Formats: sequence, C-alpha cells, structure tokens
Amino acid sequence: MSFDFAVILAKGPQILAGLGVTILIWIVGTLFGAVLGFLVATARRYGGRLADLALSVPVEVLRGTPFLVQIFLLYFGGPYIGLRLDPIAAGLLGLSVYGAAYYAEIFRAGFQSVPPGHSEAADCVGLTRLQTILHVQLPEMALLVLPPSMNMAVILLKETALLSLITVPEMTMTVQAIGSQQYAFVESIVVLALVYWALVELANFLGRLAERRLSTYSA
Amino acid sequence: MTWTLFELLLQASLMTIFVSVTSIFLGLAFAIGLSAMRMSGAAPLVWFARIFISFFRGVPLLVQLLLIFNLLPAIGLSLSSLTTALIGLSLCTAAYQAENLRGGFEGVPRGLIESAEMAGLSPVQSFIWIRTPIALRLTFPALVNEAILILKSSSLVSVVGLIELTKMAQNLAASTYMPLPIFASAGLIYLAINWIVAIAGRRAEIALPGLPAK
Repeated sequence: MSFDFAVILAKGPQILAGLGVTILIWIVGTLFGAVLGFLVATARRYGGRLADLALSVPVEVLRGTPFLVQIFLLYFGGPYIGLRLDPIAAGLLGLSVYGAAYYAEIFRAGFQSVPPGHSEAADCVGLTRLQTILHVQLPEMALLVLPPSMNMAVILLKETALLSLITVPEMTMTVQAIGSQQYAFVESIVVLALVYWALVELANFLGRLAERRLSTYSA
Repeated sequence: MTWTLFELLLQASLMTIFVSVTSIFLGLAFAIGLSAMRMSGAAPLVWFARIFISFFRGVPLLVQLLLIFNLLPAIGLSLSSLTTALIGLSLCTAAYQAENLRGGFEGVPRGLIESAEMAGLSPVQSFIWIRTPIALRLTFPALVNEAILILKSSSLVSVVGLIELTKMAQNLAASTYMPLPIFASAGLIYLAINWIVAIAGRRAEIALPGLPAK
C-alpha cells in the first residue's frame, strides 16, 4: 500500500474553501453562543426564581445530550414542525444553541465570582442594573471566564466537524468528498487531521496570549 | 412513536453503555501509562506522550474515527466496527484523561513521595502504589465528567457502522419517517444515563476514602 498525497494537495483551493466555511461557522457560532449564553446567565441571575428554573431545563438538556443527536433532531426533525432550514443555517443554529448552554454555565460561575459588595457599591453610587453588569461585573469576571471560554471555543471548533453529517460543506465533508473522488481515503483523512490539529493548536496559542494580555491589566 | 420503537432504542443504548464503559477504563489505563511516560524524564518518552496528547485533543473525534477506520484496513489490519470504535474512543479519552491526571499527580503531597522513598520503595513502586492512587483520588470528579463526555461522544461511533443508540435512532428515523419523536427519545435516553452517572459520581465522591491532608 502506498500513499499519494499529491492528489489531495492538488485540490488545495477546494480544501481552503471548506476550511473557510469551517472557520466562518465556528467564529459566528461561537460569538452567537457566547452572547446568547451571557443573556441566559443574566436572565437566570436577575429574572427571578421562575426564569432561573425555566432556563435551567434547556441548559441541562443541551449539556446532557450529544451534539450529534441535537443536530439530527434539528435538521431531520425540524421540517415536521415547519422548521425547514438549509444545512448551513441548521448547523449555525445548532452550534450556537449548543454553545450557549455551556457559555451560560461559564458566565453563571462568573457572576458568582464577583463579590456582592461590588455590585451593591455600584448600586449605591447610582449605576443602573445594566451599567453594573456591563461596567462592574463583566470586567471583574473577565479573567475568570476567559480560560473556560477559550476552551469552549476550541471544543466548538472540533464540533463543527460533525456538521458534515448534515451535509454542511465544511472542511470534513469537502476533504472526504475529495478522498472518494480520488480514491485516496487515508491520505485525505490524514490531511484533514493535520489541518484540524494545526488550527486547534493555533486557537490554543491565541487563547493563552489573550489570557496573558488580560492578566497584565488586572494584576 | 410506539413502545416497540422505544424498546429498540433502549436495547441499542446497551451498546452505547458497553462501548463507553470499556473505553473509559481502557483510556484510564492508557492515561496512566502516558502520565508515567511524561514524568519519566526520558526525552523520547516525554515527547511521545506530549505529541500523543496534543494530537488526540487537537483533532475532532469524528476525524480520528475516520482515520482509524480507513488507515488500519489500508495497512492490512481489518477490524470489526466494535474494535474500531473502542480503539478510537479509548485513544481519544486517554489523551483527555492524561491531561486531567497531570493535575492529580501535581497534587500528590511531596512529603508522601519522600516518605515512600525513605521507606525503600523504588520510583516505579512509588508511582504504582503511592502516586497513582492519590492522583486518581484527587481527579475523581474529572473522571466522572470525562465519563459523561465519552458517553455523549460515543454517538459518533455510528460513523464506523456500529449500531448503538444514535445509529439505531438514525435507522429508525429513516425507516419510519418519524425523526422528531425518535431523535427526541434518543436524547432523553442519553440524558437519563448521564443523570445516573452524575448522581452516582457525586455519591461516590463523598463515599470514597478521604483526601490526604494538604
């Protein structure tokens, strides 16, 4: 058995296009997920007991079930209740909602880490609830939530590979298609693995850089 | 959604549980080996462990499974889908568990290692009888967490053709045109298993012999 990587590398532009879709879905999905997660965490903290209880259900369900089952439910089950999405929209929605559940927990821990005296003090000097959240609590929890947030972003990057199973034309699906066209399955998957590996290490590196930058500000 | 369909899903979930439990324990054994390599001080072993951990944590599990599924037959090893799934899941969880254990090994009080040395234990004996049990105890909550992650990740082994809960749900959804109730039921079964694991884990964390004083 000999391996021929040239046939895969000849398809460079196609692979790059797939990589572009992967990165786009990853970044947009992560941002949506983080914002939605922050809103959920804020609602759970300030929306009263009922909101806290009501929001804990979707968070626990999303965290307790496989992402693969969630996107299958959304993409194949959605049309039966009138939710007809194309693969990219379904993938983006699925990734954002899945990420939001984890980000909600990250920010919940963040809110708990801010000493209550600080938000009370902000209240006393006349800051509104929104100002307190944005200008006191968010900056104070930043250092604590950054490492798990970056970690989660990397997990979401790897989860985007599953979107190939609902035919999102991202990198895994693109490279697998090239592999079957060229009859070079092993070579294609090796290239795919190496690209993901590099991407994840790069994301980890940027995460550590961001942590170092942030910790010098707050020291 | 009939009871018969739900029963099929429940039966398939036994395979999910079997694959997850086996991989967790195989992975734990590999992870202890990787930790030993990383702390051995011998450069080739240290680098092997580092690259192994970085690779298996850096590549999506789906891609790892596809790699094993395609690579092994190409080099003349043809394995059943169950073996492929077990290899893929155990190698992946080994890398994550080794990373968890790192913190555990760092948490072993220095005094205990020194006493072991004074009592005449060789470094290998000290690793097996003193450091590993303490590291395992310290990282027990992380192990429970990893078990839940692997249980969810085991849904991916459907791509190598193993009929477990997710694959069964896919097959039933395709043949009955009822994806909504079927995938929802599969999700509920995963949720129920995860709850049991989480609750059992919390109970065990309390019941297990105490942590050494810092």
